[in-house]
Amino acid sequence: METNINTFEQLKNECIERGKEIYEVAQENMALNSDLKIEQVRAHANRSLFAMKEAIQVGLVSKELSMSGMCGQDCFRIQERFKKHPALFGGTFEKILKYALATSEENIRMGRIVACPTAGSCGILPAAMLSVAEDCDCSIEAQLDALITAGEIGRIVAAKVALAGAVAGCQAECGVASSMAAAAVCQLRGGTIDQILNASALALKNILGLTCDPVAGLVEVPCVKRNPFLAVHAITAVELALAGVESKIPFDEVVDAMEQTGAMMSPTLKESSQAGLATTKTGLEVQKRVFG
Amino acid sequence: MKKTTLYDVIAPVMIGPSSSHTAGAVRLGLLARNIYKNVPKKVIFKLYNSYAHTGKGHGTEKGLLAGVLGLKVDDRQIKDIFNSDIAKSIEYEFEYCDNFKYHPNAVDMTFIGEDSQMFISGESVGAGEIAIRQINDFTVKLTGKYNTVLIVYKDMPGMLSQVTSTMQYHNINIASLFCDRNAKGKQASMVISVDGELTPEIISTIEEIPNVYFVSYIEKLEN
Repeated sequence: METNINTFEQLKNECIERGKEIYEVAQENMALNSDLKIEQVRAHANRSLFAMKEAIQVGLVSKELSMSGMCGQDCFRIQERFKKHPALFGGTFEKILKYALATSEENIRMGRIVACPTAGSCGILPAAMLSVAEDCDCSIEAQLDALITAGEIGRIVAAKVALAGAVAGCQAECGVASSMAAAAVCQLRGGTIDQILNASALALKNILGLTCDPVAGLVEVPCVKRNPFLAVHAITAVELALAGVESKIPFDEVVDAMEQTGAMMSPTLKESSQAGLATTKTGLEVQKRVFG
Repeated sequence: MKKTTLYDVIAPVMIGPSSSHTAGAVRLGLLARNIYKNVPKKVIFKLYNSYAHTGKGHGTEKGLLAGVLGLKVDDRQIKDIFNSDIAKSIEYEFEYCDNFKYHPNAVDMTFIGEDSQMFISGESVGAGEIAIRQINDFTVKLTGKYNTVLIVYKDMPGMLSQVTSTMQYHNINIASLFCDRNAKGKQASMVISVDGELTPEIISTIEEIPNVYFVSYIEKLEN
């Protein structure tokens, strides 16, 4: 039994060999490598799951602005809109946008969130996973299976590339969050191991090259609004994968491409706020207003 | 290669907005507190580079102070820490500087007590992960993920084997080991991370090894 899995190919082989699903292999290995019981691993995941739900509930009713004053009321705006004009794509779509904004706005007002994988991308996985879980009546256990599946995806990507905008740009933060979200939702929807890996690969593949150019160096613009965009992006990947659409480039190679793209990305576009949106006329004005 | 676990990507539960600039700052403060052990009279935080430039917008100063005061990364008190009663128990000061030799998210912390002072330098290396790189004059590597013992001793043959055989006797598995010295034959340091816990009995056995000057047991941070 291989407990040191660092590629998706290994993960798939291990799932087949043990006759188990991704979350089962993930929680078994986590338990073995950390001297824990599987129940303890799941209890830890449950703490995150609970905190994700709490962040959404708090975020949905808050209108407090961030420290810079740039963000904090978009979740309110979209809820007002949906009260009068339901979204084109239905209730689950509405929830995804609301939950993603609620969570990422909680983050920038120094509320409590779950970094998944990072704080700036904290709204993507909960929004996609919990909206689908609620609307498909998934049990808490099924939600934990999905969360652990997502965690295993993020863990294996992180084994190769540090999940930090400063290292590989936003593709490694919001991009990986979306890839994890795709895995979680695909698991909830009864996807096979191949479908889950394809969903994750498709989500990541289609966001490669995304830079990290936050205005004034804050996790606000464009980060907050990027969360609902990439939560929806994950759902697209899931629907394609469940239909049997495959990523022609295997997931491990997509991660290699992300690593290479990240390494070649100019440092000015990697969380240093020296280019892109951060140095637009308005971006610089905001920086001056906030930090003087 | 950096070992990432499930917990690193679907956790921690934390106060926002930034894993490196907020949660990382809290954890640096917490681990420094575990190293210093006593309640300081005053702490001077020197923030470098990105920590210095964008720290304010991310609550980095709040995080560092909250950590030193013992608050966990998910404590809602962090947001208003400067106005809280617990912050009144110590003095604190922030300095800001640029130094390209330092990690982009680095901080030096000087703990000042009644009759002692300790210098602790650390970095927030991404996704809430941290590393303490220096304690006083010694280069170390502490991540807060394992219970760790810091041993300062005379640089001479056989010291390592005496310490590790003590651990072996108590059936303790060593996860990582890092040694450094000021100069040949002078003071040296060992940082040993272990699976499980070291009991006070094991610590005092190590303290009794001849030519061991100082032993400090640094407990890991909770996830």
